[in-house]
Amino acid sequence: MSTVKFTVSALAVIAASASAAAARDQVQVSGSSTVLPYSTIVAEVFGENMDFPVPVVESGGTGSGLQKFCEGVGENTIDIANASRPMRDAERETCTANGVTDIMEVRIGYDGIVFANASSGPDFAYTPADWFNALSAKVVKDGQVVDNTAANWNEVNPDLPEQEILAFIPGTKHGTREVFEEKVILAGCEESGAMEAFVASGMDEDAAEEACMTLRTDGRAVDIDGDYTETLARIESSPNGIGVFGLSFYENNTDKLKVGTISGVSPSTETIASGEYPVSRPLFFYVKKAHIGVIPGLKEFVEFFVADEIAGPDGPLAEYGLVSDPELAATQEAVANETVMQ
Amino acid sequence: MTDLPLSQPAAAMPGRRTGSLLAQDDRTRRRNAAESRFRLYGVIAIAISMIALVVLLATILTGGAGAFRQTYLNIPVTLDAEVLDPNGNRDPAEMAKVLTLAYGRVLDAAVDGTIARHGIQIEGLSEADIDGLISREASAQVRDRVLANPELVGQTVEFDVLVGGRIDGYFKGRVTMDSAERDSNTSPQQLMLAQELADRGEMVTRFNWNFLTNADASDQRPEAAGVGVAILGSLYMMLVVLVLSVPIGVAASIYLEEFAPKNRLTDIIEVNISNLAAVPSIVFGILGLAAFINFAGLPQSAPIVGGLVLTLMTLPTIIISTRAALKAVPPSIRDAALGVGASKMQSVFHHVLPLAMPGILTGTIIGLAQALGETAPLLLIGMVAFVRNFPDGLPGGLMDPASALPVQVFNWTQRSDPAFIERASGAIIVLLIFLLCMNLLAIWLRRRFERRW
Repeated sequence: MSTVKFTVSALAVIAASASAAAARDQVQVSGSSTVLPYSTIVAEVFGENMDFPVPVVESGGTGSGLQKFCEGVGENTIDIANASRPMRDAERETCTANGVTDIMEVRIGYDGIVFANASSGPDFAYTPADWFNALSAKVVKDGQVVDNTAANWNEVNPDLPEQEILAFIPGTKHGTREVFEEKVILAGCEESGAMEAFVASGMDEDAAEEACMTLRTDGRAVDIDGDYTETLARIESSPNGIGVFGLSFYENNTDKLKVGTISGVSPSTETIASGEYPVSRPLFFYVKKAHIGVIPGLKEFVEFFVADEIAGPDGPLAEYGLVSDPELAATQEAVANETVMQ
Repeated sequence: MTDLPLSQPAAAMPGRRTGSLLAQDDRTRRRNAAESRFRLYGVIAIAISMIALVVLLATILTGGAGAFRQTYLNIPVTLDAEVLDPNGNRDPAEMAKVLTLAYGRVLDAAVDGTIARHGIQIEGLSEADIDGLISREASAQVRDRVLANPELVGQTVEFDVLVGGRIDGYFKGRVTMDSAERDSNTSPQQLMLAQELADRGEMVTRFNWNFLTNADASDQRPEAAGVGVAILGSLYMMLVVLVLSVPIGVAASIYLEEFAPKNRLTDIIEVNISNLAAVPSIVFGILGLAAFINFAGLPQSAPIVGGLVLTLMTLPTIIISTRAALKAVPPSIRDAALGVGASKMQSVFHHVLPLAMPGILTGTIIGLAQALGETAPLLLIGMVAFVRNFPDGLPGGLMDPASALPVQVFNWTQRSDPAFIERASGAIIVLLIFLLCMNLLAIWLRRRFERRW
C-alpha cells in the first residue's frame, strides 16, 4: 500500500504547490516572429548583465501576441507584446474592454524587406512597377485592363533576366505581407500608371486599390504561411523562385541568397535608415504599464532594450540586421517617463 | 479464412481431382501464386518502410552529429583592471555595473594578443574578422568568472572560449572557403586565421557536453545553445504525467473492467474513452489553455500545465492498454481466488493486478513516450518560448517557465542562422535516445514479467 500512500502524497504536494502559485518573477513576452530574434538577443544580454531572470520570449505572430496581450491585466497575462505593425483600433478596443488601458508603445527600429533569389541565379534590379506587373491579377496593356499572362521576368521589363516568374511571398497572416502589398505592389501600381487606368475604366478609388493589390492566382505568386526558413527551403528546391525576406534573415544567409535592388538601391541598414531603400517598416513592442512595479525587472528590461548600447547603430541589434531608429533618444525619454499611448 | 473442418474427407467432393496428387492443377497453382505474390507485397512493404527509416535516421544522424562537437579557443586573457573595475575596490556589486560589452573589448584584445604571439599574418584580415572569431557567449563566461572571484582582475587568466558559429561550421565542413566568400558574416581570411590557430593547437574541436547542459541561446550565438532546459522541462512534464495518469488511469480501468456494472452508462463511457484516444492532440492544448491557464490561473510556459495537458492526452492510452491487460488475465484466476474465499477486491489486487502488471507497464511507458514527443498541445500553453533560466528544483520548479525537447526542435528550425539546423537535428537525436530507452524498458519489462497460460 506504500505506493498508494506515495501517490496520494505526491498528488497533495502538486495540488498544494499549484494553489499557492508563486508570484511571477520573470518578464513574459509574446508576439511577432520578426521581432522575436531581437527580443531574444536583448533578453539574453539583459539576463547576463542584470540580477533579474532572463525574460521568457514566445513567438506566434503579431496578431496572436496582441490578442494575448489584450486578455487582461494580471500575473498570468503577458507583459509585452512584440509587433511588426502598429496596433489596430479593433485590438485597442479589445484591450480597453478587458481593462488593459495604459499601454506604452515602444518603437525599436526598422526592418527592411528584401527580394532575394538563389545565389546561383542572375542579378535582378527591380522597380515596384516590375513587381506589380509580374504579380498583379490584372495589368494594363496598351491602355486596356487585361488578365496578367506574363510568364517571364523579361516580359515584364526587358531589362530583367529571362527567368520564369515564381515568387514566394509571405502569407496573409504575416505583417510582412501588408508592407509588401502597400510599399511594393500598390506603389508599383501607381508608378506604372495602372492605378489611373483602373480608375479610368470605371472603378472608384477603393476598388482600384483593391484591384492593384489582388495578386494572380495561377501559381506564379506562392503564399508562404510558414517563416523565412520555409521560403529559403522553397528557393533551394526551385532555383527559379524569388523570395521575400526580412533583411536580418538575408544577412544571415548571404551565402545562399542573392539580393535584388529596388529602383537601383540595394538594401542595407544604411540605405534603409536614410530612406533610400523604399521597402521597410517600423517594429514595435507594447508594454502594459499596470505591470510596471509588479513584475520585477519589467521597466529595467524595456529601458535596457532601447538603450544606445543595445538598439543604437553600434549595438548587437543593428549588427543582427535591425535598422536603428534615428529618433531613439525620444523613445528612451518616453520609456523613462512611462508615456502611454493616447 | 474459412474454418473448414479438417476431418472432412477428400472423398466428400467426388470427382474434383482426377490427375496425380503430385501434379499441381490450375487451381492450386493459382493459389500458390497468390500466396507468393502476397509474400512479395509484404517484403516490399517492409523494404519501403525500412528504406524510409534508414534515410530518416541517416539524415538526422549526419545532420545532428555536429551538435555534439564544438570548437573552442584557448586564450590567455589579461583582465584589465581599468576597464573591469574602474573604481578599483574589487567590490562585486560595483563591478557588476560593467556590462558584457566591455568584457567583449577585453576579449578582443586577448585575441589580438594571441595572434601576435603566434606571429600569424594574413593578408586582408580585418579587425571585424578578428573580433568575430569568438562567440559573444565568451564575454558572459569571463564576466561570470570575474564576478565570482574579483581577485582575478589585473591577472592574466587562461580561458577556453567558444568560437563563433561560422568558424565552428568551418571545422565541421558546413562552411567552406567558397561559401565564406559570399557570406557577410565571415570571410575566407577569418577562416584562414582559424585554420592557423587550429594548426598551432590553440583551437580545438571536441565533444560538446554543453549541448546537453546549456540553455537555449539567441540567434546571435547558436554555438552556445543547448537542450538543458528542454531536457529538464520534458522530465518535469513526464513526472507530472506519470504521477497523475498512472493512478487515475489504472484505477479507472480496474473499476470499469472488474467492478462496474455493464449498462448503458458504462458503454457510453467506454465509447468516449476510445474516442478520446483519437482526438487530435492540439484539442487538448486548447482545453489546457482554457482550463488550466485562463480558469485555474496557472502560469504560462510552466511544466505543470504541460504535464496536466499531456496527462489528459495520455489517459485514454493508459486506460485502453490497462483494460486489455486486465482482460488478458484468465477468468480462472479470479474464480480460483473467489473460490478460496477472497473478496472481490482481494482477488483483483492480490491476483489479477500483479498478473496484468507487465501489460499495464508497457502501456504506460508507450503512453509516456507518446507524450514525450508531443508538440502541438504545448504550442498553445506557451511552452514554445525562449527560456534561458533553468527551472528550480522540485516541486517549485514545476511552476517555472521551461521548454520541452520537441518544441525546442520546432523552435530551432525557425531560426535564421543555419547553425541552428544542426542543433535541431542534435535535439532530435537526444529525443530519439530518450524514446529508444523508454521503449527498450517497455520491452524488457514485458519479457521479464510476462506470464503465459
